[in-house]
Amino acid sequence: MNILELTALVGLVSVAAGFLGALTGLGGGVIITPAMVLLLGIDLHYAMGAALVSVIATSSGAAAAYVREGLSNIRIGMFLEIATTVGAVCGAFAAAKISPSVLGVVFGMVLLHAAWVSTRGHPAPRPGEKDDPLAARLRLNGSFPTPEGLRIYKVSHVKTGFSLMFVAGAVSGLLGIGSGALKVVAMDRAMRIPFKVSTTTSNFMIGVTAAASAGVYLNRGYIDPGLTMPVMLGVLGGSLLGARILPGAPTMTLRRVFSVVVFVLAVEMIYNAVSGKL
Amino acid sequence: MRAPLSDQHMDEIIGGLLRYGVMLSAGVVAAGGIWYLIQYGTTAPSYHVFRGEPEYLRHLRGIVSGIPGFHCRRTIQLGLVLLIATPVARVAFSVVAFLMQRDRTYVAITLIVLAVLLFSLGGRMGG
Repeated sequence: MNILELTALVGLVSVAAGFLGALTGLGGGVIITPAMVLLLGIDLHYAMGAALVSVIATSSGAAAAYVREGLSNIRIGMFLEIATTVGAVCGAFAAAKISPSVLGVVFGMVLLHAAWVSTRGHPAPRPGEKDDPLAARLRLNGSFPTPEGLRIYKVSHVKTGFSLMFVAGAVSGLLGIGSGALKVVAMDRAMRIPFKVSTTTSNFMIGVTAAASAGVYLNRGYIDPGLTMPVMLGVLGGSLLGARILPGAPTMTLRRVFSVVVFVLAVEMIYNAVSGKL
Repeated sequence: MRAPLSDQHMDEIIGGLLRYGVMLSAGVVAAGGIWYLIQYGTTAPSYHVFRGEPEYLRHLRGIVSGIPGFHCRRTIQLGLVLLIATPVARVAFSVVAFLMQRDRTYVAITLIVLAVLLFSLGGRMGG
């Protein structure tokens, strides 16, 4: 296989990943790395570097749309980014110290978690939940437009959410993914932020988190221009296409398909890691 | 007191910044990519074993200094650096926006995030 053929193949896989990622709202970054490693035999570090860069592209592209609709909460995002960026730098440092087989097992487990999250709905709002005074002090409470007018929401468990975000950032830096699933868990379940706000704010944060690890990845030589080029352009193109046909798409079916794909990749990744093939 | 820059206006500027940042970087990457494929398309790739990128593709100075010389891999890398810089520019803009809103807490919070990003991008932490 020459470079032209490999580029075309990687580009196709990336378009598919970006497309599915946008339709399911879970991001394509998480499947692109195992696909490159398992299907094309690319070294884990190069794959992580390419995937991380593509995560910045999709996050920034999608965030540009959401921010203008007034759905994402910039204060929540910025406050939690302290935790995610510090976590990301720590994770990116750790990535160089940990052996590929351990990384592979961790990756597989994160994939299993993402597969599980993608089959579950989001929790219903619990009106009885106590507000966190810290949220008021940090002006995290906000509102977002709905067809019935502005809806006001309050944020709970700020400290728990902040700690979980550090973990999400560390996982992102360690594996070169956006860890959108972990971010949404922290914001949905711990901080009780409405689903629309948490998904869009998480998307908004992913770019900044990934940029924090990208500096370390670049300095360590994980980002190869020849390989990253088709991944970045492919995932970006696929996600723009996905976002365009999203309104009429059968989201629930797609999420199930996506979770099966992710589950298979997870098992394969763990198997390869344990048998020392990574 | 009315803030000189409303949250909504700030959102619009950030949205535009992100969109143009991504478009610009995708353009540079695509241009460098076509050139790279024309030049190296028929050679064999070697991604099975990790060797790391050469020094000039790892640091901002090395990548940027390549512009006059024109080198296809460096051009792609420049596009990728532009992409990485897009969220950083967004954070930098937020510092200014919160300053204009006289929101001291958030100026401080945003400066911390910016410092972490610049530490990661500027440091020579390859080992």
